[in-house]
Amino acid sequence: MSRKVILCRCEDVTLADVEHAVKLGYADVEEVKRYTGFGTGPCQGKECLRGVVQAVAAASGRPPRALAPFTSRPPLVPTELRLYAGAAAKKPARAAKRR
Amino acid sequence: METEAEIAIVGAGIMGLAIAYNLAAKAGPKTAKRIVVLDGHYLAWGASGRNGGGVRQQWSTEMNVRLMQESMAICAGFAKQMRVNVWMRRGGYLFLARTAAAARRLERNVAVQNACGVPTRMIPPAEARAIVPELDVDAGGGFAAACYNPTDGIVFPWPFLWGYARAAEKLGVSIRTGTPVTAIARRPGGFRLETPGGPVDAGRVVCAAGAWSPLVARLAGGALPNRPVRHEILSTEPLKPFLKPMVSVLESGLYVSQSLRGELVGGITVPESHGQQADDQIRLGSRLAFVEAMARGLTEIMPLLGHVKVVRQWAGPYDLSPDGNPIVGELPGVPGFYVACGFRGHGFMMAPVVARHYAAYLLGEPPHPFFDAWSAARFAPGRPPPKTDREEMFIG
Repeated sequence: MSRKVILCRCEDVTLADVEHAVKLGYADVEEVKRYTGFGTGPCQGKECLRGVVQAVAAASGRPPRALAPFTSRPPLVPTELRLYAGAAAKKPARAAKRR
Repeated sequence: METEAEIAIVGAGIMGLAIAYNLAAKAGPKTAKRIVVLDGHYLAWGASGRNGGGVRQQWSTEMNVRLMQESMAICAGFAKQMRVNVWMRRGGYLFLARTAAAARRLERNVAVQNACGVPTRMIPPAEARAIVPELDVDAGGGFAAACYNPTDGIVFPWPFLWGYARAAEKLGVSIRTGTPVTAIARRPGGFRLETPGGPVDAGRVVCAAGAWSPLVARLAGGALPNRPVRHEILSTEPLKPFLKPMVSVLESGLYVSQSLRGELVGGITVPESHGQQADDQIRLGSRLAFVEAMARGLTEIMPLLGHVKVVRQWAGPYDLSPDGNPIVGELPGVPGFYVACGFRGHGFMMAPVVARHYAAYLLGEPPHPFFDAWSAARFAPGRPPPKTDREEMFIG
């Protein structure tokens, strides 16, 4: 059996990738996200964050609860441009007016 | 922990790191060991980690065109020199103008660029379709003109920070992330910078904190007139490579490129809602109004993108000075305190070249002309406005 462990399926980030990032000093979840690209694919970390946090914790000798997750960004789920464009088009012109 | 630093740089974004690296490389190991870079966050937390990664030579003033030619050359050699993949792709920049006035501006600017040796060409909008077949050049009332320079490009911003940081550290520079500067006091021969990790004593301070620079200047008893302006950006799911150049529409501030990872990355100008424009607050929240405006702008010029999914949106601050030009050099009234800020959302692409000349200036070499054009002293009360040409080619 291969020892290759995939932690982030969207971006093909392996356990070894995460361990390498931590070894280079990128030891916070935000830094590991940037260095490995984990959590930047279609799931935006919803599948992989937990596993990566555990791997970062293990590699850096800290308890998982000491690690903050990365900032989650909108949208909640990948959303088609046409839906946003349609929403913008449907909005009545006056709706933006403030009291 | 007390450190005797010759120069302390506040801000580990691309500007601060590149200045540190250039200083260290130029001045040798003895000086390198006395350079400290301080940042309250991790690398790429600020605007250097939030921008669209565009690198172009299409500017309106000769100085900026020439600076960006030099910056482009540094970027092109960066991966090999720093041994880090920066995902650079030179697919060009295609600017589209809707109005006759903007078209005339482009024509003027292209003449300046050509005189500097940048091969930008004005092209009829219909010809833009030869470069980007997916463009609907008749949408939204059509375009008056377009210009294209094939030698512009895009990079992935983050590896530039890692590259500069690692190279600087290797030369002896101390880079301390997670180390916010909480106070700056004068002391004989320089400054004392307070941090949670202990004070850092430095002979000189360089503030390269982008939109956060006015806050840092205030700690040192100085004042900077720039203000932060939120700009938002989004990334889509990855697509098979199809979009060669960065495409930008001048009037709306829309820009979009396809990264080497296949994602479309782009933004558009969305003003703050009434009452939030003139304050100093740095806003990094995401707005639905942005993603709607971007979706409308993008599907208008490339209707076939309607089914492409947005996966992520985020924001970063432009750092805007009163006249739109950067602010560099020693801050009036605070001798020994230097600034490199006000780059208005375009500091990432300019940092490689600006930092090179900034390091030379700090080491006592004759200053590059930008130190005069962008001098912090131009905002001193009673000073006549500088004669510096106004740069027109800012996006957003």
